[in-house]
Amino acid sequence: MGNLPTSVKHCLSYDQLIQDYPWLRRWLLEEAETASEYPESVKIVEVGPRDGLQNEKEILPTGVKIQLIDMLSGSGLRVIEATSFVSSKWVPQMADHTEVLTGIKRAPHVQYPVLTPNMQGFQDAVAAGVTEVAVFGSASETFSLKNINCSIDESMRRFDEVVKGAKAKMIPVRGYVSCALGCPYEGQIDPSKVAEVAKRLYEMGCYEVSLGDTIGVGTPGSMRKMLQCVMKEVPASVLAVHCHDTYGQALPNILTALQMGVCVVDSAVAGLGGCPYAQGSSGNVSTEDVLYMLHGMGIHTGVNLAKVLEAGDFICTALQRKTNSKVAQARSGMPRS
Amino acid sequence: MGNLPTSVKHCLSYDQLIQDYPWLRRWLLEEEILPTGVKIQLIDMLSGSGLRVIEATSFVSSKWVPQMADHTEVLTGIKRAPHVQYPVLTPNMQGFQDAVAAGVTEVAVFGSASETFSLKNINCSIDESMRRFDEVVKGAKAKMIPVRGYVSCALGCPYEGQIDPSKVAEVAKRLYEMGCYEVSLGDTIGVGTPGSMRKMLQCVMKEVPASVLAVHCHDTYGQALPNILTALQMGVCVVDSAVAGLGGCPYAQGSSGNVSTEDVLYMLHGMGIHTGVNLAKVLEAGDFICTALQRKTNSKVAQARSGMPRS
Repeated sequence: MGNLPTSVKHCLSYDQLIQDYPWLRRWLLEEAETASEYPESVKIVEVGPRDGLQNEKEILPTGVKIQLIDMLSGSGLRVIEATSFVSSKWVPQMADHTEVLTGIKRAPHVQYPVLTPNMQGFQDAVAAGVTEVAVFGSASETFSLKNINCSIDESMRRFDEVVKGAKAKMIPVRGYVSCALGCPYEGQIDPSKVAEVAKRLYEMGCYEVSLGDTIGVGTPGSMRKMLQCVMKEVPASVLAVHCHDTYGQALPNILTALQMGVCVVDSAVAGLGGCPYAQGSSGNVSTEDVLYMLHGMGIHTGVNLAKVLEAGDFICTALQRKTNSKVAQARSGMPRS
Repeated sequence: MGNLPTSVKHCLSYDQLIQDYPWLRRWLLEEEILPTGVKIQLIDMLSGSGLRVIEATSFVSSKWVPQMADHTEVLTGIKRAPHVQYPVLTPNMQGFQDAVAAGVTEVAVFGSASETFSLKNINCSIDESMRRFDEVVKGAKAKMIPVRGYVSCALGCPYEGQIDPSKVAEVAKRLYEMGCYEVSLGDTIGVGTPGSMRKMLQCVMKEVPASVLAVHCHDTYGQALPNILTALQMGVCVVDSAVAGLGGCPYAQGSSGNVSTEDVLYMLHGMGIHTGVNLAKVLEAGDFICTALQRKTNSKVAQARSGMPRS
């Protein structure tokens, strides 16, 4: 500003302008945001057959699981998490992992990742013909110990083994970070911890890292803070969000993530899978409700909502339970014309 | 029906009545009619939560809305908290005069962006409804009583389907210009998404300032919170919601209607937005009213909080 007196310089300062004219800050922020507010297309990762069914009380016959996956395969979904190669002692609902993976009719251009928490699971999955795997870490030390019986560090070592084995077989690996917005044991989780774990998974070779709001406590506020932190370490294009709807916040949280450049969203048909930490509460956000929102925003997903509704109807009948999807409830409640 | 011709019998048939007047089916199927004392207790509990506006009742004919037949007793029975407004619906001069006699200090009028919905819901065209509301607004101005306007079907109509945002803007503008201090835009059947909310608000905000607008989102398709978030990002800062998500959707049986206040508060507080409302007290009020109605809450926050394992 050269030779201007200090009082004039102060009047022309950005901070002073913003303080005197709050609308100016909003205008500047809006201008920045509207430029590229939402992605043109979003990839949906359907986790119902794995994450959903794993958290349902009822253990379904293998044939029903296969039929569910086959119905979803015809809906346009490009990723359907099929099952989990964990010990049936820990997760009895997934005991038939090999039969499911070998029984489904694999649609072209659809990936069927399976969870492989360690080398044993990975080797069994390879023997069953897997073409994509996933590893499941945590941002919370306590959750890691209670959920998979080892520290975060130890889990990273196990995953690193799996990733190396997968690389050797040209099998892509997806990473998950649970408790990204809160932990049932530790409460608030420092976003920097989420960033640290996400970075480790990415650098070890995971092609995508899904950040999970495991107990659904997140809000657009905490989602934004967490993503800002993670995106300093991992590019937005590699990230996915896995939001639970336990507190009804999944859709606004997903919207926030999309605004920040994330374009992969995990969801479960019919919102399968409750919350083991809040009895009677919902867990996964339902694919139908996510699709309804995205399509209403003109965002391309390639998924046919009607077919997902059919699959949701099928699985809820099999489970003898009501859907968690509000879209499905609304559509089924429509008065007959 | 004796000697009535078949066509008249058809008009008087239950099925036809239900088809023409969905609210009637709602009345028959949905909410139980609660004792006046329970309604008063609910409002008194909400009055202690920090809420600044609590829509107390509706001065409509009890023939059409039997749940609101005790409007005078409710309005005179509540303990009015200081700094809290208790608007009531007054669809016409008769209702307005009855409300004034009962000591009302704020009223609301309920218009529609859909011609068909207006005809089916309040039995008159949009134009005719605006004339009625204008009378009410003039009467209210004379008594220094503020009037809030509502525009229903802002994002879709159960009869007409898609609604042109320019129609919403036109009705909102008429309500604003006639003297409503605030205009609440309602997604009556919950079909809106952030996409349609944005387009509608962009249109309305050309005619009515954002500071005058409120959004009244229904959660029938699970879209209420993302729609509210979108509205907030566009400058709206008044949100309508209902404790425990009371009130189903008469157009989709078994589906939810109003977004629940608890879930809205949870989101806003999580974003650091000040509301002045104590979530715990609203949860208590929600628990109270659901017990009285013998039904489960529609609020996910309430469900999660009640489902917490004992520590």
